[in-house]
Amino acid sequence: MKTPAFIDQILERFAGHVRDDGPGIDMYCISVGPDHIVALCQYLKEDPSLKFNFLSDLCGVDHYPEKDRYEVVYHLFSIPLQHRLRLKCRPQSETYGDAPSIPTVTGVWRTANWAERECYDMYGIEFSGHPNLLRIYMWEGFEGYPMRKDFPVKGYKDAYNPFGEEKRGGIPDD
Amino acid sequence: MTEVTVLKEKGSDRLGSQEVLLNLGPQHPSTHGVLQLVLHLDGEIVERVSPNIGYLHRGTEKLAETFTYTQIIPLTDRLDYVCPPTSNQAFVLGVEKLLDIEAPERAQYIRVIMAELARISGHLLIVGALPMDLGAMTTLLYTMREREMIMDIMEMISGARMHTSFCRVGGVREDLPEGAIERILEFCDILPNRLIDYEKLVAKNRIFLKRTQNVGVVAPEDAIDIGLSGPNLRASGVDWDIRRDSPYEIYDRLEFKVIVRENGDCYDRWACRIDEMRECVKMIRQCIAQMKEGPFQIDIPTIAFPVDKELLGHSMETHIHHFELSAYGFKVPKGEVYVPIEAPKGELGYYMISDGSEKPTRFKVRAPSFVNLQALEFGTTNMKYLADVVAMLGSLDPVIAEVDK
Repeated sequence: MKTPAFIDQILERFAGHVRDDGPGIDMYCISVGPDHIVALCQYLKEDPSLKFNFLSDLCGVDHYPEKDRYEVVYHLFSIPLQHRLRLKCRPQSETYGDAPSIPTVTGVWRTANWAERECYDMYGIEFSGHPNLLRIYMWEGFEGYPMRKDFPVKGYKDAYNPFGEEKRGGIPDD
Repeated sequence: MTEVTVLKEKGSDRLGSQEVLLNLGPQHPSTHGVLQLVLHLDGEIVERVSPNIGYLHRGTEKLAETFTYTQIIPLTDRLDYVCPPTSNQAFVLGVEKLLDIEAPERAQYIRVIMAELARISGHLLIVGALPMDLGAMTTLLYTMREREMIMDIMEMISGARMHTSFCRVGGVREDLPEGAIERILEFCDILPNRLIDYEKLVAKNRIFLKRTQNVGVVAPEDAIDIGLSGPNLRASGVDWDIRRDSPYEIYDRLEFKVIVRENGDCYDRWACRIDEMRECVKMIRQCIAQMKEGPFQIDIPTIAFPVDKELLGHSMETHIHHFELSAYGFKVPKGEVYVPIEAPKGELGYYMISDGSEKPTRFKVRAPSFVNLQALEFGTTNMKYLADVVAMLGSLDPVIAEVDK
């Protein structure tokens, strides 16, 4: 994959905050810290030579057992200029314990609304400033975050799920 | 199945008016599946719609992390069950990109023919179902007649009517059977005339026009902002089709028109699909004319089963590869990929992260229905009455299995 011309422009504008992850097999990839995610997204959307006006996808990734295990991946697309970009944001977090919070991008693209809710529902990543951060697939009162790597595929055993795994307290075995 | 709750008394300026909370669904024929819409009503006027999804959540993404790549193909069928071949296609294209291989030409043609047939079958359903939601039962019965012909063709090609699972990484499962092309061409002859019939039935119907024209209007900027894609976006006047703008497989060799309409109302979304079906028929004809004889599967024994089954009895090496492939699957190099395609509902892509093993560590579905459904919650104008919500929902064409994943 060729390096698109706009990469240098972004790296220059956000020097020191944006990391160049290099060309992937399908699209170019950059990453940014949670402090600058909203400013960067706003810039990517509004700059006339970038015009990333379409947020294709937003999803969480769990890199268990790495340090800072949670990551939010944004797939951006520009309808007028027809280019794509992958953007990653990896907030600091403990390996065990609650997921960190990262600022919402619903102010930039409204489509992020449900995508962030899904991400919160599945990984427990909180999006600060989100207008309606509720669970979207699982019911209210559901315990745990199902897409995390330490959540069992069969779920935890309870009255409705007799085939689930027994819940263990504390740090899971490796 | 509706439950009415009186929320609060309004001010004295509107005598006796109260905000009413109405649950539309989850068991309601007009919601196309198990979707619950919580409507905040003031009389018949809708003040707010909040969709409540997740009744059909099956944990496809979590499940896929425990499956090998070949085992995931049937899972993708179950997402958009109205037109599974496109879901399969998007998935195998992603894996092929990770493996850095390309399916043989004939396989690509077969996939595109299947995908376009699936697109017709998906559009036929909504073209019939939207008038049915609005009270005209007749059209659905007629569109189902044509859909049945596609189902028969699918059964002939793959052995299954709905969940075809026909694509494989590196090709398709089998070559087209004898007589399939004649059946497809016969269908291509029949469909355009039937489309004229539907238009006669519905498009000039005054009740249908009154209930869909200028109802549920989505402006182009809003449509992009909400993330609409596919026919829903093109009905709003945004000229973008992945098949034309970043062609995958053999779409760059086909000539077709991208249907764009201007108003972005329910009628345009419906009419856009009618016109798109005509283009699908043209594409299928071109594919059949261009298609040549050749292999339908890539010749890499560690990825695809041997085409010549006789070899299994003679060659030990083939036997070993066959066993390893069926028992453990194939390894995919480390990396991540997102390959979007133009599915009948819009942009469909799978974001996959591979750690070098036989199973993906992350499998994310960019489901177009899920994103499109957001238009119901925000972004529409002229969705004033309760009856308009039904028209809007029908014209967005969500498949709840894909919404809920």
